[in-house]
Amino acid sequence: MADPRTMFEKIWQRHVVVDRDDGYTLLYIDRHLMHDGSAPAFARLQARGMKVRRPDRSFATPDHYILTSSSRPQDIADPQQRHLVEVIKENCDADGVTVFPAGDPRQGIIHVVGPEQGLTQPGLLIVCGDSHTSTHGALGALAFGIGSSEVTHVMATQCLWQRKPKAMRINVDGTLGEGITGKDIILAIIARIGAAGAVGHVMEYAGSAIRALSMEGRLTLCNMSIEAGGRAGMVAPDDTTFTYLQGKPFAPKGENWDKAMALWKSLPTDEGATFDREVTLNAAEIAPMVTWGTSPEDALSVTARVPDPASAPDQTKQESMRRALDYMDLKPGTPMEQVAVDRVFIGSCTNSRIEDLRLAAKVAKGRKAQVPAWVVAGSGLIKAQAEAEGLDKIFRDAGFEWREPGCSMCIGVNGDTGLPGQRIASTSNRNFVGRQGQGVRTHLVSPAMAAAAAVTGRFTDVRKMLG
Amino acid sequence: MDPFTTLSAIAVPIDQANVDTDQIIPARYLGKPREQQVEGFFHDMRLDPNGRPREGVTLNNPAYKGAQIIVGNQNFACGSSRENAVTVMVDHGYRAFIAPSFGDIFFNNCFQNGCLPIRLPAERVARLRVILHELPGAKISIDLAGQTVKGPDGQTDSFEIDSFRKEMLLKGTDSITFTLGYEKDIARFETAQRQDVPWL
Ligand code: SF4
Repeated sequence: MADPRTMFEKIWQRHVVVDRDDGYTLLYIDRHLMHDGSAPAFARLQARGMKVRRPDRSFATPDHYILTSSSRPQDIADPQQRHLVEVIKENCDADGVTVFPAGDPRQGIIHVVGPEQGLTQPGLLIVCGDSHTSTHGALGALAFGIGSSEVTHVMATQCLWQRKPKAMRINVDGTLGEGITGKDIILAIIARIGAAGAVGHVMEYAGSAIRALSMEGRLTLCNMSIEAGGRAGMVAPDDTTFTYLQGKPFAPKGENWDKAMALWKSLPTDEGATFDREVTLNAAEIAPMVTWGTSPEDALSVTARVPDPASAPDQTKQESMRRALDYMDLKPGTPMEQVAVDRVFIGSCTNSRIEDLRLAAKVAKGRKAQVPAWVVAGSGLIKAQAEAEGLDKIFRDAGFEWREPGCSMCIGVNGDTGLPGQRIASTSNRNFVGRQGQGVRTHLVSPAMAAAAAVTGRFTDVRKMLG
Repeated sequence: MDPFTTLSAIAVPIDQANVDTDQIIPARYLGKPREQQVEGFFHDMRLDPNGRPREGVTLNNPAYKGAQIIVGNQNFACGSSRENAVTVMVDHGYRAFIAPSFGDIFFNNCFQNGCLPIRLPAERVARLRVILHELPGAKISIDLAGQTVKGPDGQTDSFEIDSFRKEMLLKGTDSITFTLGYEKDIARFETAQRQDVPWL
């Protein structure tokens, strides 16, 4: 019997083209995903007189620069940004790459679109010129972000040189409380291991609480692996995965489905396989989380108080906490539930899927937003489904704005930014200084917590509002 | 790509841990042509909202003018995969980065742009930052072939780099041309995969 292997190891080995003595491996890429930031990579490819080697394995959709007030590229005022949204379609058309352009109902955030179209499947090696490519690992794929030069390299060769990362397992056992989501789990993990806690590692999330998560919850979880420093994040495929994939446009059909299932069922980590590191969390202890600082590791329970830098273990940490609190305009010891917000953003590749919107709508229903609140679905299809379920009406009745799909206020490069000094409860993944606009203070939360903040005007333990 | 062999240059310390690539170049510069991205270099860390230089920021200190090396802290350049974080620093003359640890994607991106990220033990990096604060304008010397970093205090440390990347940097190899040298292996893989996963 062969040595027990981790899922990561199995997927890695399936993609080895060349193994060099110096520790470098040439890996074959199954899916290359692209977005409207891929224009410079295309330009470099064209400058070499080359075309995309495997257009059949490449897929694109504009997301970063597209407006959320209108999905028409003509409405984008900035000519450079309009060009980026339009040129992705031209580039793809010229090389025969499948693109879901602006105005196509399938357009959306690439990390939402991939799984939704069935492009993301167990066992695949997926890359994209975007750090949140880790999202796709939720289906049991090995998926990671690459830089723009590497994007050109993949376009030209369909391969990538990599050194094998280490493997780490995060076990979350037990049962989550009411209103606790994948977002709260991942924030709790990052708070525990730190923003650099998984650098150089591929993270596998395991344990009964992970098995119980929906596909949406798993996507949220894997999405933020990069915020823990992880190279990738993954969850073993199971019936939740198979049910989710069945019937998706690019999922295997008929005889191929059976063939794929046989492969997919062989992927999970073998009993007895070893990881370089293991971390265990108790699901029952995870509360609704909110960040207080400018790194995703600055996360705590909504029932906690703003921490005091004086309690930090060393001077560097004290300094950075002081700087973060200063930027966030928070005083040590203030209960998080007393912190008022100016705006709310529900969206991004972390939390813009149908289940996220349903959960937020459940909290918003019959209440009134006290501050401006945006809901930005992750794709045109999700937006349409939410409308079919009447969620848009619930949001509109509660005073929320219902917008067109895209990255929007997660990064704000399309102009969807907050004003200096504004405090935003956001379902996105990064609370970095200036991420949502210069001087904007971002607090990361789940969709339920974001909706609760919208209707109360402050951070509120959403558990009080559910049920 | 320009080869990287040795570099003896002024080094500037940046003390904060977890400096993310959003700090190195804010997202609002990403959609602009590379010439216009130059202005985005640590923009919001250097300047206040009124465009005035912030006090106590080493990057604003003229004593470090002409620096080509940054000495950072834990998890330097974490966050977004934007390669612009490397190119904007290259466009400001930087070629090497020294820190206890780096964001993984940034680390890879450096090599694609002829830059050298060097991991040294946290204590040594902290010491280097202290020295650079005390002696603004002091130089650090890097020898890639010998894998050494010599600080202004005369102490020489060796660093790890794998032979693959070292060769590429020393020769300024173009990675696409290099990979296409494996065309036969790639084609063989593709043929086998067509049988293995016919639904892709
Ligand atoms: S939603 Fe945010 S994190 Fe996700 S791809 Fe868009 S900009 Fe990046």
